[in-house]
Amino acid sequence: MVEFLYGIEVVINGLMAGVMYSLVALGFVLIFKASGIFNYAQGVMALFAAMTLVGVQEGQVPFAHLINSVFGTQYHHFGWHINALVAIAIAALMMLLFAYLVERYILKHLVNQEPIILFMATIGLAYFMEGFGDLMWGSNIKTLDVGIPQGGNFWIEEKTAFLGGEDFYGFYLDTLDIYATVIAFILVSTLVLFSQYTKTGRALRAVADDHQAALSVGISLRRIWVIVWSIAGIVALVAGIMWGSKSGVQFSLSLIALKALPVLMLGGFTSIPGAIIGGLLIGIGEKLFEFMIGAPFLGGATENWFAYMLALVFLVFRPQGLFGEKIIERV
Amino acid sequence: MTVSQDAAVQETITPDGRTIGGVLMEMRNITLRFGGVVAIEDISFDIRQGEIRAIIGPNGAGKSSMLNVINGFYHPQDGEVWYKGAIRGPMRPHQIAAQGIARTFQNIALFHGMSTLDNIMTGRLTHMKTGMLSQSVWFGRAQREETENRAFAERIIDFLEIQSIRKTPVGRLPYGLQKRVELGRALAAEPSLLLLDEPMAGMNVEEKEDMSRFILDVNDEFGTTIALIEHDMGVVMDLADRVVVMDYGRKIGDGSPEEVRNNKAVIDAYLGVSSD
Repeated sequence: MVEFLYGIEVVINGLMAGVMYSLVALGFVLIFKASGIFNYAQGVMALFAAMTLVGVQEGQVPFAHLINSVFGTQYHHFGWHINALVAIAIAALMMLLFAYLVERYILKHLVNQEPIILFMATIGLAYFMEGFGDLMWGSNIKTLDVGIPQGGNFWIEEKTAFLGGEDFYGFYLDTLDIYATVIAFILVSTLVLFSQYTKTGRALRAVADDHQAALSVGISLRRIWVIVWSIAGIVALVAGIMWGSKSGVQFSLSLIALKALPVLMLGGFTSIPGAIIGGLLIGIGEKLFEFMIGAPFLGGATENWFAYMLALVFLVFRPQGLFGEKIIERV
Repeated sequence: MTVSQDAAVQETITPDGRTIGGVLMEMRNITLRFGGVVAIEDISFDIRQGEIRAIIGPNGAGKSSMLNVINGFYHPQDGEVWYKGAIRGPMRPHQIAAQGIARTFQNIALFHGMSTLDNIMTGRLTHMKTGMLSQSVWFGRAQREETENRAFAERIIDFLEIQSIRKTPVGRLPYGLQKRVELGRALAAEPSLLLLDEPMAGMNVEEKEDMSRFILDVNDEFGTTIALIEHDMGVVMDLADRVVVMDYGRKIGDGSPEEVRNNKAVIDAYLGVSSD
């Protein structure tokens, strides 16, 4: 019985970890659908957004190191702290500006190029942003605190303790994960409503479907790309806030993008519901596998590779993913 | 403005009682090259207000290229495009769409994941002006605009007799109906000039008759000017007021269907070989 209850706890925790994966995968899917670009820089965008947020919040002087070494000054802080919500708004604006610049200086020049070229461009973009972020805000590890409570949620633990016997202390859930789940839910619902019921949303879906046809009904591709990259930037910011609050803002934050790859293979590169369900499946799958097989039989630490194994199995049996479009070539 | 002045001078009445106005669009000495290949060579013709203008010619004659020049997918190296009495500078396709030129494609280019209604609504985009912020809150002007345009889309759906598939994702529709939805999307823009690239390709006789009827009705009821590419000579002779004939990127004939049918060069290049 207690085993079973712990199993349930594992599943719930897996779901919440999965939400985090979904958030990152969502950014990939948005851009891939609208422009056929696999955006390697998505993870770095999350890192950059989180760094900007911390920097703004803490009143850091941007490019402080550069300024100081050129002018021999000693500026580091403006000496103020900014309210978390205001700082988030400023970081969001930065991501919008970033989207505009990406379109203006990269995508615009690469229209109609092969996907591999666009992919290479995003790799370049990723490394550029990484260096630019370090230059702007410094490369030290930063803690991000936007006021979301962290640690085990005692209320839930107490209220669920009665479910088991002596040995069961109630479900242990991280409050941050609960917040992340709620925020991700709101974000995704907003996106879905926006894309279903507004003219711009319709244009976004149209561009995702057929570029030429979209042009022929008067949709400006460049405008749509700016919008899509903006949305992906905001999604990256949200992912950056969640992951950054959890494990600090540092270079490894950009590597969460790698965790999104198996999610995409499971869910399909072109499906928003796929990204979400794929993320949840991987989250549950890796936690449950670790709990039932990994820890008892394989010596643990299976979470590091389980997702990729699962993705590999999927590639063999269902290459388009759960929800991706089936690839049928006309002969 | 220029158009209406021209129209006063040049207005003519067709045998079946429709009024053809002045010049709506004029192509002057258009030349289009892809590298060393000359797709269109020094072609001039005009399209008059309210007429159905056909462009015919064998495969590879440059017909689709010509349509792509008109709607801005291709930019000719030489020549001028005159539209509504003014010369048209280099413009992007979406800007040209906003000027009232709508089109359909030879290989249907619908938004497959979207319903018939949504596809037709995308055709209304050039008529929707509210900003993204007010759309997001879905309030006041944005909502009113959405409702008005929705009503117009429903009129198009009634007109094309596709009420029963309003909510069906178009990817699931049979070919003939997809062609009809694509026509609907172009019509939703209330275009001044409607370009149809082989509207009847791959259709059976019954579907062709339906499509011919819709094209004639569109022209008749809305007074829409239509330029179309078609292979089926019977259809062209029935529909078109005037025909341009192309072969190897050049214009080899231009005139009424009868004139074109009796043109020696046309018969040699095209009708003499492949007419049925």
